[in-house]
Amino acid sequence: MSITLKDVEHVAKLARLTLTEQEKEQFTGQLNAILKYAEKLNELNTDDVEPTSHVLPVTNVMRDDVVRESVPVETALKNAPDDEDGQFKVPAVLE
Amino acid sequence: MALFDLRLQDVHNKLVGKELTVADLVEASYTRIGQTDEAVQAFLTLNEEGARQAASELDKQLQEGGERGLLFGLPAGIKDNIVTEKLLTTCASQFLRNYDPIYDATVVKKLKAAQSVTIGKLNMDEFAMGGSNENSSFSPVRNPWNTEYVPGGSSGGSAASVAAGQVYFSLGSDTGGSIRQPAAYCGVVGLKPTYGLVSRFGLVAFASSLDQIGPITKNVEDSAYVLQAIAGYDNMDSTSANVEIPDYTSALTGDVKGLRIGVPKEYIGEGIDPKVKEAVLAALKVYESLGATWEEVSLPHTEYAVATYYLLASSEASSNLARFDGVRYGVRADNPDNLIDLYHKSRSQGFGSEVKRRIMLGTYALSSGYYDAYYLKAQKVRTLIKQDFDQVFENYDLIIGPTAPTPAFKLGAQVNDPLTMYLNDIVTIPVSLAGVPAISVPCGFADGLPIGLQIIGKAFDERTVLRAAHAYEQHTDFHKQRPQL
Amino acid sequence: MFEANQYETVIGLEVHVELHTKTKIFCGCSTSFGAPPNTHTCPICLGHPGVLPVLNKQAVEYAMKAAMALNCTIADVSKFDRKNYFYPDSPKAYQISQYDQPIGENGWIDIEVNGQTKRIGITRLHLEEDAGKLSHVDGGYASLVDFNRVGTPLVEIVSEPDLRTPEEAKAYLEKLRAIMLYCDVSDVKMEEGSMRCDANVSLRPYGQEKFGIRAELKNMNSFRGVVRGLEYEQMRQADILDGGGVVVQETRRWDESQGKTFSMRGKEEAHDYRYFPDPDLVRMHIDEAWKDRVRSSIPELPDARKARYTSEFGLPSYDADVITASKQLADFFEESLQYTKDAKQVSNWIMGELLGYLNSYNMELKDVKITSQGLGEMIGLLEKGTINGKIAKTVFKDMLVSGKLPQQIVEEQGLVQISDEGAIASIVDEIVSANPQSVADFKAGKDKAIGFLVGQVMKASKGKANPALANKLLLERLNQ
Repeated sequence: MSITLKDVEHVAKLARLTLTEQEKEQFTGQLNAILKYAEKLNELNTDDVEPTSHVLPVTNVMRDDVVRESVPVETALKNAPDDEDGQFKVPAVLE
Repeated sequence: MALFDLRLQDVHNKLVGKELTVADLVEASYTRIGQTDEAVQAFLTLNEEGARQAASELDKQLQEGGERGLLFGLPAGIKDNIVTEKLLTTCASQFLRNYDPIYDATVVKKLKAAQSVTIGKLNMDEFAMGGSNENSSFSPVRNPWNTEYVPGGSSGGSAASVAAGQVYFSLGSDTGGSIRQPAAYCGVVGLKPTYGLVSRFGLVAFASSLDQIGPITKNVEDSAYVLQAIAGYDNMDSTSANVEIPDYTSALTGDVKGLRIGVPKEYIGEGIDPKVKEAVLAALKVYESLGATWEEVSLPHTEYAVATYYLLASSEASSNLARFDGVRYGVRADNPDNLIDLYHKSRSQGFGSEVKRRIMLGTYALSSGYYDAYYLKAQKVRTLIKQDFDQVFENYDLIIGPTAPTPAFKLGAQVNDPLTMYLNDIVTIPVSLAGVPAISVPCGFADGLPIGLQIIGKAFDERTVLRAAHAYEQHTDFHKQRPQL
Repeated sequence: MFEANQYETVIGLEVHVELHTKTKIFCGCSTSFGAPPNTHTCPICLGHPGVLPVLNKQAVEYAMKAAMALNCTIADVSKFDRKNYFYPDSPKAYQISQYDQPIGENGWIDIEVNGQTKRIGITRLHLEEDAGKLSHVDGGYASLVDFNRVGTPLVEIVSEPDLRTPEEAKAYLEKLRAIMLYCDVSDVKMEEGSMRCDANVSLRPYGQEKFGIRAELKNMNSFRGVVRGLEYEQMRQADILDGGGVVVQETRRWDESQGKTFSMRGKEEAHDYRYFPDPDLVRMHIDEAWKDRVRSSIPELPDARKARYTSEFGLPSYDADVITASKQLADFFEESLQYTKDAKQVSNWIMGELLGYLNSYNMELKDVKITSQGLGEMIGLLEKGTINGKIAKTVFKDMLVSGKLPQQIVEEQGLVQISDEGAIASIVDEIVSANPQSVADFKAGKDKAIGFLVGQVMKASKGKANPALANKLLLERLNQ
């Protein structure tokens, strides 16, 4: 599998990144090198191997349905780049 | 002897004996920072007002007597990806340069309970992505032993600040070696606990299935104390282990007789600097002399660890860092054309090159059609890597090897080659993937730069790791060396 | 109207139901509706750096309960995955949802349309978190985000493409709603958004096995909207096919005011959600003991109740249907039967006076004060002849607002039926002498006049006279 400049552009769009032409080229090369290196993993037959998503054998971690205090609206909005009427403000969602 | 070279118990006694105040400790910290940080660049934000306030309260408490916290009055530095309420937390990223947190991480609450004093927030590779600290978007941290050299990363500021005597201890975070490797490069002690031992709540996530917070200290004893203060189950973290926390300091007996040590041939073979290998073999001789035994063992999947790690960590990171969108916090780009443009501009301007590279890699690896080939495959190989460790630990109490293949390298030496940079983590990454604890302790010098010995233990067996590290330290002087700044 | 003679419509529904837990699915913020914007938020549901989710057990159990009630197989192992997409109402830029190990799979429910019972397959039921709410300001150039709703637990219920008409879709939704209400896991109010419905619609010529190309309909915010949206869409697609065209696979938005669906093409990018297991959460192992415990909390469901009401109480199928549509109503019905044996009478009063009142004031049973004991005892008083039907209506209306028992109302207001022949006879005498014309009419053979005269007796007794007795005495008097 080889990653193309077009792939890089598509992935950048998915990741909501705008890349310069130089970055696109650089990433195409670097990602290819990394992914080529990752092909090493295909040397291993893992058909009968369970994936590890957690090293701890922990299951069923849950909390009771008990209300905890929320933060005041001023706190919620404290870091907001833009806000209005107690809400976060953003340019319109395209309709 | 410098104030911060005193043993914890001695500091405590001096405080109680009124030979010393918490304010003295705090001022010593800021004085030292003032003298050295222009050269080291370890701190991003100082908490002078808060620390002085805390010091005066603790000194008042000292007057009144009563129960004192485990880390009472000790000046601490906190890596800037650990969230501190009302104290800027930037992750060394332009995106979060103005982020003023509205809550405290669980470890920060625990430090407050243990009554240490937060001196400030420590520089790091942006979002903990990097192994040299050159990825800080503010300024690279310098190695206190030679400021031409990198301190390692990503907890470079945490390691350098302890090495430079700016704080008594610091907290770092380790995803693939980010505590151990800078500790090795800076000649200090860095402990990555078992995954799940220390709460991740409030640690800005890089790779959730790997991230762990741990202490960086001048010696093993301090490491045990700090671990004691921060370890423990947290109901705010679903991946926190509900295990009983043992007494770590009581493990420091100096006795390693009969300990069985496995030394993976993959950790002392190809790609390992001869001077590093020499230092590790010398350390093993010390263990032999103390009555422990060692044998060569194999962790056969070691060569797959770096690829596995970069797929898993980048995939998780691509999702973890998606929340930095410029809507609720962080720096929003000026004059976006529309919402999509706001996302694109804010993120592109806010993130540095390495962060973008890993988001790109992770997004690609998770994108449709590739999940099985990359993420799932990597999770399966992770199983094999973990099994390597399980098998060795059936017959051995500890695994020992170097912390990094080489001592610190010069700034700028590897910036243009991410893959080579990633391979620096070849001996720390497998440990992270297996989720087991490991400590790096100073075990020598090469050309004036420290070398780290990595001692790896079974899951939740930090006591044995600390005991072995401490016993070694008792018979060597490397940890007592201080850089000239 | 769409003429369903050439094409067969194939509909599958994706229904989101908000679970009415006290707190959000991954943090302790309240889920209560209608609070000022961003007052039910915390670092966790705002997606601040460093926060972690912890699963609400009640949400899992409600989801299990709902899945069981829909006859799903409950997973032994279930997990949460991240669905990655950027949108301002999604603070983490991923939604925690379930991808390949949902809580429930392979269920079904039976619906009834035109007297025919039909089984509709349920593909899956999974648990996920709700998004925040956006509103538009500055003439549409900006949006405001309120995160109160974000993190409210939702179940998404996906049906098989087994529905063939908008009426079936409506019946399916109504059945789903009733089941959720019986299980007491949600308020299921489409108007408040606690039940939301998307539909996949396609047409195919009758006899063709392969499905046609489908459109996904969004934004149908009421039962009526679902029916109208589906009707519009099958007409639109039929027009395209009739003209030899090809339906475009796309998402379309139902516009209630214009009565049309509009393409959302170009307005949302091709999605690549990059699902992967959420590393911040651990797996759920759902063992038999846990399943049994949740299963035992499921009450008798509408179908079973309906069957029992017809067999045990002899109710007509129609009555049983109406009463079992709401658990509150059915419970009320059954409780009333502790105070009277006449199930049909109870059913008549519920379907007539009670539902009539509730519907005309747009109320629910909980909004009125009448008790099942009140209704049951009132029917008892009727049987005994203590009150007559006319008094009963007065008593019933009183009970709706006062919640008093009928005996008390009757006593306080002196509403006991007069069955004393002497007392009624004297009123009859008065009425006969006061209405000579009507008496003459009656005697001249105009039978209608008797009705007027009985009415006058009832009026003079303030409605309390036993009407049968009044009729009898009046006839006796006139025929003397």
